[in-house]
Amino acid sequence: MKQKENVQYAIKYGLLVLAFCFMGIGLMREEHKVVLKKAIHICLECIGVG
Amino acid sequence: MKIKKRSFIQVMVMAFTNAYAVGFTKGKIYTGNTKLLCVPGLNCYSCPGAIGSCPIGALQAVLGARNYGFSYYVIGIMLFFGVFLGRLVCGFLCPFGWIQEVLFFPKTPKLSVPKKLDHALRYVKYGMLFVPVILLPMFATNSFGIAPPYFCQWICPAGTLEGGIPLLIWQESLRNRIGFLFYWKFAILLCVVFFSIVIYRPFCKYLCPLGAFYGMFHKYGFYRMDIDKNRCVGCKECEKSCKMGVEVTKNINSPECIRCGDCFHTCRYGAIKKGWEFSCQKVQNNTTVYPKYCKKP
Repeated sequence: MKQKENVQYAIKYGLLVLAFCFMGIGLMREEHKVVLKKAIHICLECIGVG
Repeated sequence: MKIKKRSFIQVMVMAFTNAYAVGFTKGKIYTGNTKLLCVPGLNCYSCPGAIGSCPIGALQAVLGARNYGFSYYVIGIMLFFGVFLGRLVCGFLCPFGWIQEVLFFPKTPKLSVPKKLDHALRYVKYGMLFVPVILLPMFATNSFGIAPPYFCQWICPAGTLEGGIPLLIWQESLRNRIGFLFYWKFAILLCVVFFSIVIYRPFCKYLCPLGAFYGMFHKYGFYRMDIDKNRCVGCKECEKSCKMGVEVTKNINSPECIRCGDCFHTCRYGAIKKGWEFSCQKVQNNTTVYPKYCKKP
């Protein structure tokens, strides 16, 4: 039981570390530029005319 | 009239995430660098006021782009919000959630969805997350390897309301392009608006892929709610107060809970605890206690 509790506790911090790792990998792959490029132009599909 | 703290935060977040007021007066969208960051809630980046990106739109943009099979960047941001806040985002930080609450607020006849139907419909949002948001942009690409944002294109009512309507009012060139797709999306928006008047947050309950994603982290999130079994008298007032239909006494950290705090405020016995847990120790009533999932020293 105790082991299960500790696993849950570790998962919480593990996921947080994973989130930062993913963000770092994404920045290295320049995914943020794709997001920015899409977001600064009117998304015709999103507004229903594309 | 007493203004609830949560409503105040929701309005402030709505104003902050749509702070580019000039956009509403000129019918243009913001083009600054802050848009490379995702906001936690569902807020269309084609809304004239939006200063950040919608995580669901951003995720589809990267998954559907050539050369990217997966979006580490957007998933990382969503994972961070999910683990750190969970569906607290839905309750406090989502502009489209707030709009639905405003629509539900007037004292009109309300619709009670049968329990079995309600239970089945709750799974639709997971389908929304995995099919039009993730799988279709990854695999249903054109000959250039590019896919459109399927969820935004065919379903998302937030885009029609926050982006479509304000931009179409101002830009004649866009009005000339109105066709079947717009009427389809407008019909979905009308349905969501109608059902929001008679059902509490129907889009969040049944369709929102972002809520589905965040809800998956409630079991392991930093923001926790707990029931003190020694104080709970089993009156179930908390469950009656929950408009999301969560069985509070059975599963207070349910993926359906949007952390609005209604149960917490309703409980007269102080049996419901809420807050962030960063370490195993936490102090309650001047004594150090250890959450049940922590190893005691």
